[in-house]
Amino acid sequence: MTTPQALPNASGAAATSGRRPDAPASDSASDGDVIVDVRDAHYGIPTRTIFKGLDIKVRKGRITAIMGPSGTGKTTLLRLITGQIAPTQGSVVVWGHDLSTLDRSGIYALRKRMGMLFQNGALLTDLDVYENVAFPLREHTDLPEPLIRTLVLTKLHAVGLRGAAHLMPGELSGGMARRVALARAIVMDPEVLIYDEPFVGLDPISLGVILRLIRQMNEGLGLTSIVVSHDVKELATIAHDSYLMSGGKVVASGTPKELAASGLEVVKQFMTGSDDGPVPFHYPAPDYRQELLGGDDE
Amino acid sequence: MSATTGDNPVIGGLRKVGQVTLFLVSLLAQCGPALARPRLVVHQIYNAGARSLVIIMLSGLFVGMVLALTGIDLLQRFGSEDVLGVAAALGLLKELGPVVTALLFAGRAGTSLTSEIGLMRATDQLTAMEIMAVDPMRYVAAPRFLGGIIAMPLLVAIFDIVGLFGAHLVGVKQMGVNAGTFWSQMQGAVHFDDVFEGIIKSLSFGFACTLIAVYEGYNAAPTAEGVGLATTRTVVASAVLTLVLDYLLTAAFL
Repeated sequence: MTTPQALPNASGAAATSGRRPDAPASDSASDGDVIVDVRDAHYGIPTRTIFKGLDIKVRKGRITAIMGPSGTGKTTLLRLITGQIAPTQGSVVVWGHDLSTLDRSGIYALRKRMGMLFQNGALLTDLDVYENVAFPLREHTDLPEPLIRTLVLTKLHAVGLRGAAHLMPGELSGGMARRVALARAIVMDPEVLIYDEPFVGLDPISLGVILRLIRQMNEGLGLTSIVVSHDVKELATIAHDSYLMSGGKVVASGTPKELAASGLEVVKQFMTGSDDGPVPFHYPAPDYRQELLGGDDE
Repeated sequence: MSATTGDNPVIGGLRKVGQVTLFLVSLLAQCGPALARPRLVVHQIYNAGARSLVIIMLSGLFVGMVLALTGIDLLQRFGSEDVLGVAAALGLLKELGPVVTALLFAGRAGTSLTSEIGLMRATDQLTAMEIMAVDPMRYVAAPRFLGGIIAMPLLVAIFDIVGLFGAHLVGVKQMGVNAGTFWSQMQGAVHFDDVFEGIIKSLSFGFACTLIAVYEGYNAAPTAEGVGLATTRTVVASAVLTLVLDYLLTAAFL
C-alpha cells in the first residue's frame, strides 16, 4: 500500500484537474468569500495522529463536501471548525477570527451563527419535538411565545414534520429524528449549516428528502453548507466544492466532476469503492499465515 | 475522568480530587444563572426528591420499627423503657435519618443522575448544546446539583417523621409503652441542637452525593460500559464519603 505520507496532497488533484497547486477548491470565488479557513492544521490523540497539515477553505453560499474513508478524521474536522478542539499546529479561521484567540464567549458568539446536524440527531430526549426545535430560541432570545410557536411550526413544516410536534424523540424513526434535528439547526437562521454524515442509515425515501432539504436550505435561505460524508454519489448531486481526505490531509479537491475524472489512485479507489488501492482494507496486522500457524510455537 | 492506569495511587487520587474541585468551581459559578430559571431546578427537585419518596418512606418506617424493637429490648434490661421515644428520636434525627437517606439517595437518585447525564454525553446531547452555544454546565449540571442539595434535607425530614411513626407503632401499639410518656419524654429531651445536627448532616450528604453523581455522569466515557462504570463509581464513592463525613460531623458536634 501507499503510506499516507507518500500520498500527494491537494496539489496533486489540482494538477489533474488543470488548476494551480495552491488554487482553492473553486476558482469562481474570491478569498473574501472564505468563511472557514483551515490552514496547515495538525491534530492527534495519544494513540494516533489524525491531521498532518490539513488545508480546507469553505466559501460563502456554497455546498462544500468533505469526503474520505471511515476513520480519516471527518467528524474531528467538524470539531475543529466548531471550536470544540484546537489544532496542535496551524490555525482554524472562521469569519476572520482565529479560533485559538477566542475565549469561550467568543466561540459561543460564533456558534450562534452556525447550525449543526448530528449523525444521530442528538435530540434532547426529555423534550418533545416542538420543545427541541424551540430550545435555541428559548435559550438565546426573549421572543414572545406566539412568535416562538410560529417559528417552530414554520421550521417543522419545512422538514415535513409539523404533525409530529407532540412526539417524543424516542417515538421517531432515524430519518424523522434527523429532520427534526435539521429544523432545530435552522431555527435560529444560521449562516453556516454543518451536516455530519447526514445520509447514514437512511432508507431511499428519507435519503432523497434529506438531499432535497440540504439543497433547498442552501438555495432558499442562502446558507453556506459543509457536508461531511462518505456517500460519493449523493454528494456529487448537491456539492459545489469537494475535498477528499486521507492519511491526515487533503489528497484531492475540486468539483465532484473533477474528482470523478481524477487520475490519482486514492481518488479512483474512493470514487469507485474498490477495496484494492492505496487505502488499505485491513487494519495493520502481522502476517495472516504466520499468525494463524505460528501461535503454538510461542 | 479516572486516573491513568499505572499511576501512583496517591498521585491518581490527588489528581481526581483536583478534577472534582475544578468541576465544583465551574458548577458553583453556574448555580446563580441556574437559580434564575427556577423551573429547571424545581423539575430536578421533583426528579431527585418526589420520585424517591416511596423508597424513603418505606425504609424510614421499617428503620423506625427496628429501632423501637432493639431499643425496647435494651432499655427493658435497665428498666428504662420510658425513654424509648427519646432514643428513637435522637437515633433518627442525628444518625440514621441522614445516613440511611443519603445511602438510599445515592442508590436511587444518584445512579439516575449519573446514568442520565452519561447517556446525554454518549448520545451527543451535551455536544449539541455546546454547538447551540448553550453551556451544559448551566442547563444540565447546575440544576441537577441544586435539585439534589435541596431535595436531600426534605427527604431526611420525611424519613425521620415516618421513622418516628414506625417506632411509635412498635413501641406503643405493640410493646405497650405509654403513649404520653413516649411523646413527652421525646419533647423534653430532644433539643434544637439535635435537629440542627441532622439538618447540617443532610445538607452535607446531599452536597457530596449530588456532586459525585453529577461529576461522574458529566465525565463518563461515552460508551455503554463507561456509563455503567460511572454509575457504579457514584454508588461506591457516595456511600464511602457519606460514612466518612458522618464520622467527622458527629465528632464535630460532640
